[in-house]
Amino acid sequence: MQFKSQAVAKPYFIAAIGLFVGQILFGLILGLQYVLGDFLFPAIPFNVARMVHTNLLIVWLLFGFMGGAYYMIPEEAETELFSPKLALLMFWVFLVAGALTIVGYLAVPYATLAELTGNNILETMGREFLEQPLPTKLGIVVVALVFLFNITMTVLKGKKTSISMVLLLGLWGLAVFFLFSFYNPVNVVLDKFFWWWTVHLWVEGVWELILGSFLAFVLIKTTGVDREVIEKWLYVIVTLTLITGIIGTGHHYFWIGTPEYWQWWGSIFSALEPIPFFAMTVFAFNMVNRRRREHPNKAAVLWALGTGVMAFLGAGVWGFLHTLAPVNYYTHGTQITAAHGHMAFYGAYAMVNLMMISYAMPILRGRAANSNKSQVLEMWSFWLMTTAIVFITLFLTAAGILQVWLQRVSDAPLPFMVAQEKIALFYWMREWAGVVFLIGLVVYIASFFVGGEEKAA
Amino acid sequence: MSGAFTKSMARNIFYGGTVFFFLLFLALSYDTHSQLPKRDMRANITPQIAEGKKLWETHNCIGCHTLMGEGAYFAPELGNVIVRYGDEGVKGFIKSRPKDGIPGRRSMPQFNFTDEQLDAIVAFLKHVNSINDANWPPNSQG
Repeated sequence: MQFKSQAVAKPYFIAAIGLFVGQILFGLILGLQYVLGDFLFPAIPFNVARMVHTNLLIVWLLFGFMGGAYYMIPEEAETELFSPKLALLMFWVFLVAGALTIVGYLAVPYATLAELTGNNILETMGREFLEQPLPTKLGIVVVALVFLFNITMTVLKGKKTSISMVLLLGLWGLAVFFLFSFYNPVNVVLDKFFWWWTVHLWVEGVWELILGSFLAFVLIKTTGVDREVIEKWLYVIVTLTLITGIIGTGHHYFWIGTPEYWQWWGSIFSALEPIPFFAMTVFAFNMVNRRRREHPNKAAVLWALGTGVMAFLGAGVWGFLHTLAPVNYYTHGTQITAAHGHMAFYGAYAMVNLMMISYAMPILRGRAANSNKSQVLEMWSFWLMTTAIVFITLFLTAAGILQVWLQRVSDAPLPFMVAQEKIALFYWMREWAGVVFLIGLVVYIASFFVGGEEKAA
Repeated sequence: MSGAFTKSMARNIFYGGTVFFFLLFLALSYDTHSQLPKRDMRANITPQIAEGKKLWETHNCIGCHTLMGEGAYFAPELGNVIVRYGDEGVKGFIKSRPKDGIPGRRSMPQFNFTDEQLDAIVAFLKHVNSINDANWPPNSQG
């Protein structure tokens, strides 16, 4: 490790992986509830398990982003972190706040939690993905601001590379757009309109900047390709991201009471959203093909290539499948959306974090790369998890197509639950694919604990 | 990429493009806000509807259901549930949920709502149903 203060990234990465395990376990519970409706009812109703599943996802990705930034920024800025102590303090604040929130979800009914945590003072709870109690939301703001202060000060006192600038823009955007989670008007159309300013402008906007800069950083390190070339690519990719993704928000404004012209704006711009992901894939493969060195960490390179491909398939192709308004009229809010969500989040954001962890963790543990044995195991986990998510997505897509047909397109549309029972076979197959994913995750964790001959730092 | 296209050109296009499209997005949003009052039926929002929305949120209904297609996909769309069941049907359904669920089936929790709360929930759902949402969903099954 080039700078001592990069070590603060380690607890962030460990916490991210731990929460990832929790997310997957609750995913399996949810998958089972889809077919065995009374599983764990009424102790853990579906809505509670889903909140835990999605909130753990968000929190572990944020842990990964912060850890990645703490690792990367000192190397980019060529200076020690402004305050490693602050970074460590915020780690504990975020972990404790996150854990208490999850315990709160599981231990008391949601309405009681709202009552206890001051939802009456400012009503922000009970909206998808933004279910966190007010103190947690405020905690996220505090942690984000202290984190941003720390990172920004580091960049200001050191070298300002393009990769750092794109990352900073992404992270500041993340914090700014989260503020819309505090705006919850009584008018449900306005509520939904601005809810997307957090949700869409995160995942189809500023988060992609974080993704791009992480990918660029790891590609520079592992391929030895000239920084000028890589940073030029990065700018092109993030340009394509934002010029398609910002107006692309319109694909959420088709059916929520907003004017019909959004069907044009949203369809056209979001149909272009696969382009930056395609560019990312071409970028990753191109740089690896033009590599000037053989980096001993093969696993990290595999994750880098994988995140490009899977983000393109999940966010790009599966997003495009249902983004045109005439199609979306029938697919909106069905298992097609769920299929897209699973592969997009895994491909873009889970994998880019796993890539950063894969690259940085061995160095944080005092070696250039893990032993061959450990890398082979990690690559097995890559293929197990990635194949599993492909099948989860395919089964949910099949379920979605049937659901749309039976419930929406047919001359005699079936009630929701009747249609659900007819497609249960696909939910069972999805659940088994989920079990394979969990096995992949166990193999991934095991790869940290196998010895063998490590590559010297 | 060829040598004629430099990094600083790429950077300028990035910042310029981002600012341009963000401003365009703000302009469209502004226009939307001037049109919304005719579509979102805000003039009809009563304290009862506001109370209904709060109950909707504090019981995390969106964790299983969709509302105008947004939410979870475990339970039926509720933006048009009034069309399917009517006021009394909706109240009756919510009231009659067994505490321990129905063996083998997806079940909705028993929330023990008072009659006033049930009226507020129905008022909220009726309000949502009245919003001009470009004729979505395609049919009454949601």
